[in-house]
Amino acid sequence: MIALKGAGIRRGERWIFRGLDLSLAPGRCVAVLGPNGRGKTTLIKAVTGLDKLDEGTREAPPLVAYVPQVIAPLPYRALDVVVMARARSLGLFGTPRRADYDIARAALVRIGAEAFAEQRLDRLSGGERQLVLLARALATQSPVLVLDEPASALDLANQSRLVAVLRDLRTAGEHAILFSTHLPTHALEVADEALLLMGPEDQRQGPVDTVMSESNLSALYGTPLRRRQVAIEGHGLVETIIPLH
Amino acid sequence: MTIAAGGSVSHDRGATLVMLALAVGLGLVMVAALCAGRLSLSPGTVLGIVLSRIVPVDPSWSELQERIVLLVRLPRVLLTAICGAALAAAGAAMQGVLRNPLVSPHILGVSSGASFGGAVAILLGLSGWFLIGSAFLAGSAALLLVGAIARVDGRSGTVTVVLTGVIVAALFSALVSLTQFVAEPDSSLPAIVFWLMGSFATASWRQLAAAAPVLALALMLVLGLRFRINVLSLGEDDARALGLPVERDRWLVFLAVALMEATVVAFAGVIGWVGLVVPHAARMVAGEDHRLLIPASALLGASYLVLVDTLARTAVAAEIPLGVLTAIVGAPVFALLLRQRQRRELAA
Repeated sequence: MIALKGAGIRRGERWIFRGLDLSLAPGRCVAVLGPNGRGKTTLIKAVTGLDKLDEGTREAPPLVAYVPQVIAPLPYRALDVVVMARARSLGLFGTPRRADYDIARAALVRIGAEAFAEQRLDRLSGGERQLVLLARALATQSPVLVLDEPASALDLANQSRLVAVLRDLRTAGEHAILFSTHLPTHALEVADEALLLMGPEDQRQGPVDTVMSESNLSALYGTPLRRRQVAIEGHGLVETIIPLH
Repeated sequence: MTIAAGGSVSHDRGATLVMLALAVGLGLVMVAALCAGRLSLSPGTVLGIVLSRIVPVDPSWSELQERIVLLVRLPRVLLTAICGAALAAAGAAMQGVLRNPLVSPHILGVSSGASFGGAVAILLGLSGWFLIGSAFLAGSAALLLVGAIARVDGRSGTVTVVLTGVIVAALFSALVSLTQFVAEPDSSLPAIVFWLMGSFATASWRQLAAAAPVLALALMLVLGLRFRINVLSLGEDDARALGLPVERDRWLVFLAVALMEATVVAFAGVIGWVGLVVPHAARMVAGEDHRLLIPASALLGASYLVLVDTLARTAVAAEIPLGVLTAIVGAPVFALLLRQRQRRELAA
């Protein structure tokens, strides 16, 4: 569905990443992990097509649904922001009609954010805005969904909500999902595969169970980490990553 | 609360009501403008004279009255209305696309370019259609210049466009000053100065016939793009991620705005403030959504400019330059709007 082959992007002489292969099919979810400044956002933008590759090839549907980290708190109604996902299919002089609003509403309902539909974006909290952005991404009806650190501005309750939504989307199997995150536990909870950005020309990719090993993660973040399973009553075994300070 | 936030589609009842109220308001202002003048007429007479052009009406008025309405006031009111609509719609579109509530259509430097074109025409002793054509061409040249400077590798950021507009405007303003410096102090200098202050005093049916198609076309373009402008107002990355050719769409809006600016300056000189103030006033009744804001701005801008122009020609014996009056009325109105908005936001 979406594939990068030998992909590279550089700023001046410095390669942000290079020789990167990535392919993603519907129903699969890949988490991108890496420390600050290792090129997560650049990779995300390359996948969406916002950043052009300096090297390699990109295969993608005409429109990739993209959830940016933040959106300006504009005074538009949330539903009207979601319906903007239809802009491309409406053409230059089109305005959204009933059917477009139905799609937008369905997207809000799907992630449980229909309560915000009539509220203004600038009156919503950061977490609520994130959900509106996710609804907008779904309303594009693109089979590829890309999220740039979707949890970075969320409190714990909203993080759980986001994780649940992403899990549901993965289970539904209509979308190929790619997201970047600073929280390795989210990758364990949601993703099938992880892509670790170890260095500009060193990426490690594979099933989360194998590639997110203690040694790989400790090397990735440059700080000692332990991966543990914790038995929690009613939840069974929960995987977690613990930094050792 | 904004009325636009009522139902699920922009064309809901609240929106229709706002547009209807603004349209009725414009109608009333236009009739009042036709009545007012040195020879004041009753609304009944004015309506009768106008209607007699369409359906047979027994004339209860003199030939002089008919000629004043049909040959002098009506073309002037219509030209003023469409110019006001264009300036205000252009302002609303620019504020949306550039994501900046402080910009006006002048920011592209087109009005300065058109001023220079007009000033040179006057300096060369040209008038009428030569003046109009010269102003229009120079205004268009200003946009091309902004485009040529601001676009690097086929891309241009909004901040770059604004700064380039400021640079081009400064350049042409200097050239206007130079034109004034070399002008004849007794003849062409005052002519340039008065022309730059703006006026619809020379309005005629022929001018309307030349200006209206261009302005209508540009207005239709901006109105047609009203939903696109919503998406563009999200910012470059967001709009591109939604699959829009942002660069092309933006320059389409700039082109429409430049057409309107150049045309208005060519026919009526520089009229400031309408494009800045009216969109803000329109926001208070129509909300922020450009699908409603742009048509609402157009109607309100038409009413506003007709009102100010009527004031300009009736307040004192001689005509007050329109550009002066739009600023004198516009500045305090803008100040009041800002305060009211601030108060409302603090309360929210």
